[in-house]
Amino acid sequence: MIEIQKLSKGFNNRLVLNELSLDVSTGQTCVIIGRSGCGKSVLLKHIVGLLRPDAGKVLVNDKEVGKSKEVELNTLRSKISMVFQGGALFDSMSVAENVGFSLIEHTRITQKDLSGRVEESLQLVGLGGIGNLMPSELSGGMKKRVALARAICIHPEIILYDEPTTGVDPITADSINELIRSLHDKLKVTSVVVTHDMKSAYHIADNIAMLYQGRIILQGTPKEIQATHDPVVHQFIHGLSKGPITEAIDN
Amino acid sequence: MFTDFFINLGHRAISFMYFFGGLANLTAQTVYLTFKPPYKNERIIEQAKKAGYDSFPIVSLVALFIGFIFALQTAYFMQRIGSEIYIASMVALTVVRELGPVITALIVAGRVGASNTAEIGSMQVTEQIDALETLATNPVKYLVVPRFVALGLMLPVLTLYANIIGILGSYLICVLKLGITSSMYMQVTFSSLLYKDLFTGLFKAWIFGMLIALISCYEGFNVVGGAEGVGKATTRSVVFTFIMIIAADCFFTALFYFIFP
Repeated sequence: MIEIQKLSKGFNNRLVLNELSLDVSTGQTCVIIGRSGCGKSVLLKHIVGLLRPDAGKVLVNDKEVGKSKEVELNTLRSKISMVFQGGALFDSMSVAENVGFSLIEHTRITQKDLSGRVEESLQLVGLGGIGNLMPSELSGGMKKRVALARAICIHPEIILYDEPTTGVDPITADSINELIRSLHDKLKVTSVVVTHDMKSAYHIADNIAMLYQGRIILQGTPKEIQATHDPVVHQFIHGLSKGPITEAIDN
Repeated sequence: MFTDFFINLGHRAISFMYFFGGLANLTAQTVYLTFKPPYKNERIIEQAKKAGYDSFPIVSLVALFIGFIFALQTAYFMQRIGSEIYIASMVALTVVRELGPVITALIVAGRVGASNTAEIGSMQVTEQIDALETLATNPVKYLVVPRFVALGLMLPVLTLYANIIGILGSYLICVLKLGITSSMYMQVTFSSLLYKDLFTGLFKAWIFGMLIALISCYEGFNVVGGAEGVGKATTRSVVFTFIMIIAADCFFTALFYFIFP
């Protein structure tokens, strides 16, 4: 369970998140939509403790992330995985070392078990047998899937996805969506997905939340979001160049 | 115009203090995490190889040339007063106390420090540092501590090696070109050197090694922007490291002069 209560965060005198509140139930996939630069990634970074709130709090399994000490935070992070926008694979390591990083660093797993877990994770993302390749030898879509394999290798309870389908071709994007959906169905993982790809959002979401001007302005099922009459959400989900969002920017 | 001058001065003073504050913070964290288990020796060995072993060829070349040059420049004056034999003691003292540690540190700062900043800076802009944190791994423990320990260990080793090669360069000039006998050269060299000369040189090398590691990693962590930011940080890292090496050298030379007169 993730509870975000009146979270505020600013950078250089600009308020990015303004008393934002959001709840994500266990086992649910919540998709956060919003324009680029509206604070979606900042929100994810608060959930995993990479950023500390200026005000408000983030609770993960009833533990306040922002006030946790390093040891508590690391315990929490052993249950949360994050898939970064560009993959954030370690350049100096092979795919297998990337995927098994957490297990190598924090457990005393045997080489045989490690290889098994790494291969299992890679097969789940459809990339079995590429453990010896280096990240520089992979395409953009493969990097995202390896990042996903790294995330699931530790068997997390929560996975945070930062724009998982941005910058990949439609077929790869669809296979990533399928993967997120199947992880949700098979492993009952709680997921928070940040995206502005509406096709992806409708496909994977149990719940969609629209982030605008630092707050969640509307939250609902994909059907409810599609049927909404809220002009801001309507402009965003239909990708219209004219409407209240662009008018606010012009003003 | 005067207002601009003072505003500019103020900005520079603030950024200077910010730099020292950040560096002090990183130093404290690094020292604490160096002694905190778990210890990952394989990463220290990997960094020691990169920083130390791979630097031997360039250190050899530069130290040999420094030995040649210093012997020839000293000979220019010593021949005038008929004291060529003292070239050996002058070279030995200057190389072991001063030139060996400083030149080695400057080479390593340019070669290894720049590489550290570029590598960590690239990791910063591609969110790899954030990824490390989300994988429950402290970036300072993982990236800075191995470099800090490896450079602290390897710089004295490289310096000792540079001292030997520098003296060898001078030996070749003195024996082959200036007509000093080999046994005389060796005798004067060893009789002029004291243990404290060697100790002060190697102590300074140890300090320089740690400075290179800390400044280069600090600049890497503070990269903003993309490739341009990495380039700027790398330049800044090398410049700051050079300045800090010379400043630390000045400080410790004065300190040792008064402690061990």
